Amino acid sequence: MKPPLLTVQGLVKHFPLKKDVFGRGGGTVRAVDGLHFHVFAGETLGVVGESGCGKSTTARLLMHLIAPTAGEVVFDGRAVGSRDLPLKDYHRQVQMVFQDSYASLNPRLTIEDSVAFGPRVHGVGAREAVERARGLLAKVGLEPARFAERYPHELSGGQRQRVNIARALALAPRVVILDEAVSALDKSVEAQVLNLLLDLKDEFGLTYVFISHDLNVVRYISDRVMVMYLGEVAEIGDAERLFEAPRHPYTAALLSSMPSMDPDRRTERAPLAGDPPNPIDPPAGCRFHPRCPRAEAVCAQRVPARPAGGDGVACLMFEAGSGHAAAPARAA
Amino acid sequence: MLAYLLRRLLYTLPIMGGVALVCFALVHIAPGDPLVSILPPDASQELQDRLRTLYGFDRSLPEQFFSWVWRALQGDLGTSIASSRPVATEVMTAVVNTLRLAFVATLIGFAFGCLFGFVAGYFRGSVVDRLASLLSVLGVSVPHYWLGMVLVIVFAAQLNWLPATGAGPGGSGEWAWDWAHVQHMLLPAITMSVIPMGIVARTVRALVAEILAQEFVVGLRAKGLTQWGVFRHVVKNAAPTALAVMGLQLGYLLGGSILIETVFAWPGTGFLLNSAIFQRDLPLLQGTILVLALFFVLLNVVVDIVQTMLDPRIARG
Amino acid sequence: MPMSAAAAAPAVPVPPPRSRGYWAGVGLRFVKDPVALGASAVLLVLLVLALFGPWLAPADPFKSSMLGRLQPIGSEGFPLGSDELGRDMLSRLMVGARLSLFMGITPVVLAFVIGTTIGLVAGYAGGLVNSAIMRTVDVFYAFPSVLLAIALSGALGAGIGNALLSLTIVFVPPIARVAESVTTQVRTRDYVEAARASGAGAFAIVRVHVLGNVLGPIFVYATGLIAVSMILASGLSFLGLGVKPPEPEWGLMLNTLRTAIYVQPWVAALPGAMIFVTSIAFNLLSDSLRNAMDVK
Repeated sequence: MKPPLLTVQGLVKHFPLKKDVFGRGGGTVRAVDGLHFHVFAGETLGVVGESGCGKSTTARLLMHLIAPTAGEVVFDGRAVGSRDLPLKDYHRQVQMVFQDSYASLNPRLTIEDSVAFGPRVHGVGAREAVERARGLLAKVGLEPARFAERYPHELSGGQRQRVNIARALALAPRVVILDEAVSALDKSVEAQVLNLLLDLKDEFGLTYVFISHDLNVVRYISDRVMVMYLGEVAEIGDAERLFEAPRHPYTAALLSSMPSMDPDRRTERAPLAGDPPNPIDPPAGCRFHPRCPRAEAVCAQRVPARPAGGDGVACLMFEAGSGHAAAPARAA
Repeated sequence: MLAYLLRRLLYTLPIMGGVALVCFALVHIAPGDPLVSILPPDASQELQDRLRTLYGFDRSLPEQFFSWVWRALQGDLGTSIASSRPVATEVMTAVVNTLRLAFVATLIGFAFGCLFGFVAGYFRGSVVDRLASLLSVLGVSVPHYWLGMVLVIVFAAQLNWLPATGAGPGGSGEWAWDWAHVQHMLLPAITMSVIPMGIVARTVRALVAEILAQEFVVGLRAKGLTQWGVFRHVVKNAAPTALAVMGLQLGYLLGGSILIETVFAWPGTGFLLNSAIFQRDLPLLQGTILVLALFFVLLNVVVDIVQTMLDPRIARG
Repeated sequence: MPMSAAAAAPAVPVPPPRSRGYWAGVGLRFVKDPVALGASAVLLVLLVLALFGPWLAPADPFKSSMLGRLQPIGSEGFPLGSDELGRDMLSRLMVGARLSLFMGITPVVLAFVIGTTIGLVAGYAGGLVNSAIMRTVDVFYAFPSVLLAIALSGALGAGIGNALLSLTIVFVPPIARVAESVTTQVRTRDYVEAARASGAGAFAIVRVHVLGNVLGPIFVYATGLIAVSMILASGLSFLGLGVKPPEPEWGLMLNTLRTAIYVQPWVAALPGAMIFVTSIAFNLLSDSLRNAMDVK
C-alpha cells in the first residue's frame, strides 16, 4: 500500500464554554476527540456524520485554521506547522472550499481579485496573478470576459461556488478540502458543480476530502468514506463496500435513513433511536451505545479500539475478545 | 445573581483605579507651579518651601499619587488652595446642588422624550412622526449653553418672569423646594433637559417602531388585543432600554453640567470646576474630577445591573 | 442512481446585467434624499465661508470702534449689528466660520485615524492584546466627554493647539470602540478565514480584506461626532479655554458677548445661532449618510 499523503493522528479539539452571568454553563465541548485517519493521494475521501459530530471542526483542523488541543496533522511525512513544513508552505498544497458561497467572498473585491489574492500573497506579480485567475475562471466555466470584473453579489450561488473552487485551485494545491461545498446549492446546480469537481480532479491530479451530510452525494463522488460520530471515527473504508455492507451500527442506521428510489431496496434496517448526542458530556464506554440496537452491558464500560487509518471500524462487535456476544474469539 | 453583582462590581475596581490615575495625571501635566496662584510674588523661599511641604508638592509623583488615593479612600480629598476649606466638603455641597438640577432635568427630558418618541414611533411615517423626529434632531444639535443664554434673554431679560442666575435668594446655602428657590431652577433645568430629551426621543421612537413591527404584535392585535393592551406590551418591552438611556443621560449631565452652570451661575460641581481651573487650585480640581468621574462609573454600573435585572436576556458574561 | 440523470454537461452560465458598485449605490440614494441635499447645501455655504471668508467679508473683523459698540441688527454699516468692541458682526461671523469649523472637524479627523488604527489592531489581534488595549480605552471612556475635554483643556491651558489635543483625546475612545467592534465582526467572516487559508499574513489580510469592509461604518459614526465636536470646541472657547481673543470664533464670541444680553440680546445670540445651524446640518447629513449606507 502506498504511504498516505495526509495523516491525522490523535487529533483532539476541545472548546471551553464560558459561564453565563449567573455562573451556569462552563465545561468543554469535545468537538473532536482523538481522530485518526489517512488520506491517500489521488482519492476522494468522503466524510459523513450528523450535525455536531465534528465534521466542520475537522475541516478547520486539517487546514490549520484553528490549532488542535492535541494531536497532529502530517502531510507527505512532515508535521504541519513544524520547521519541516511551515504553515505558509502547507497552505500552498492544501486548500479549502467553504459551504457559504456568499460569505466566502469579500463583497468589496471583484471575483478575479479574490481569486488572484492567494498567488499575490505568495509572491506572484499582479498582472500574472490576474491572468492566472482568469485562466482558472475559464476552467470552472465562468467566461472571464463576462465574469472576471463582477462582484459576488452579482452572481448566483452556483456561480459563486465555482469562484470559490477557482480560488482554491489558484495556488495549485495537491489536496482540496470541501466542507459542505455543494450543500447550499439547488439540486441541478449541485450536479453541475459535482461534475466540475470530478473533471478538475482528473485534470489536475487532485486529492479531495469531501465533507457532507448528504449520503447520496458522498456515495457518488467518494472512493473511501469515513463515518464520524461525536468527534471520533466510527467506521472508515472503501465507499462501495461501506454503503453495501456497513459494519458499524451507526453507519447502518444512517444508511437506512436514506430515502431510496429503488423498489428492490426498501428500508428494512431500523432507524436511529434515543437522544441526539451531546458533545459536552459524551456517554461512557462506546459513545454510541445509548442509541445502538446491538448494545450490550460491556459497551457502556469498554471503549472500542480506534480503527486503523485506512480501513476499520470502532465497534466491540468486531474486536476479538471484547466481551460482546457478536465479537470473534481472541486468537489463541 | 449575587455572583454576577459581585463580578460586575469587581470589574469596576480596575476602571476606578485607572480613572484615579488619569485624574491625577491630568492635573499634574499642567505646566507651571501649582502654588503660583496663592503665593505673593515676593514670597520668601522659606514660605514657598513650607507651603510646598504642607500641600505635599515636594514629594515624588508616585508618592503623591498613592498618598492622595489612600487619603481619598478615607474621605479626605485634601484642602483647597484657594478657599482653604476641605475639598471634600466643597465638592459634596456642590455635588448635591448639581444632582438636584440634573435630576430634575433628567426627569423633564425623560418625560417629554418618551412622549415624543412614543408618539413618533406609534404613528410612524406620519406628519406627527416627522415633527417629533425633527424636534429630537433639534434637541440633540443645540449648543446648550447658547440655549441657556437665549432662555435667559427671553424669560429673564425681556419678560422678567424668572431670575437669570443663582440658586436661590441669599446664596446657595439653604435649599428648599419652594417657589422662591424652584424658580431659579427652572431655566437651567429646562436647558439641561433638551439634549437628553432629544436622545431619549430618538431611542424610544426606534424601540417603539421596532416592537410594533414585530410579527407577534400584529398577531395579538388580530386576536383583538385592545389599544391599551398593546400600549402595555410596548411599555414593558421598551422600558429596560429606555431606563438605561435615562440613567446614562443622568451621568452625562452630572459630568457635563459645567457649561450650563456657568451660564446660570448655579453653584454646582461644574461651577466649582470652572473656578478651580481658573484659580489653578490643584487639590480642588483633582478632587472634583475624581468625584464626578467615579459617580459616572458607578452610575453606569447601576444602570447595567438594573437593566440586567429587568431583562435577564441581555445579561452579559 | 439518482445522480446519473442530472449529470449532464455543465450549462453555460449566463451573467446577470451589470450592476453598480456599492458606493455608487450609496451616492445615488444620498442624492435622492431632500434632507441630505439641504444639509449639504448649508455645509457647502459654510465651507465657502471658511475658505474665502476674509475676502468675502464686507468689513474688517478686527477693526474696532468705540463709538459703534453694540449696535443693533440693521444699523448703518453694521448689517447684523456690532459687538462689544464695535466690530462688525457679519464680518466676524463669516470669518469665524473658518476657526469654528476647523476646531470642530480636525479633532474628529485625527481621532478617526488614531481610533481606527487602535480598534483595528485590537479587533484583529483578539485575545490578550485586545483586552489590554480595550481596557485602557475603557478607562478614558469612563469619563463623560465634556468633563474630560474641560479637564484636559484646563490642565493644558488655553489655546487652539491644546484644545485640539484635548478634543482629539476625547474622541479617540468612542471611535476605537466602534472600530474594534466592527473589526471583530469582520474577522470571523468566511472570506477572512479563506484569506488566512491562503497563507496570507495579518498585514496583507487587514489591508485587502478587512479595511475596505470596516471603514464604512466607522466613517458614518465619525461624521455623527462632528456636530458634538463643534459644540464642544465652541464650548471650550466659551469658557475661555480654547481660542484666545481677538480671533473670531463663534464660541468665543458668545463668551465675550454674554454681558451684552441685557443691552443687545439678539446680537449676542447670533454666534450661537450659527453653531446651532451648523450642528443641525452635520447631524442631518450624518443621518442621511447612515440611511443611504444601510441597504445591503
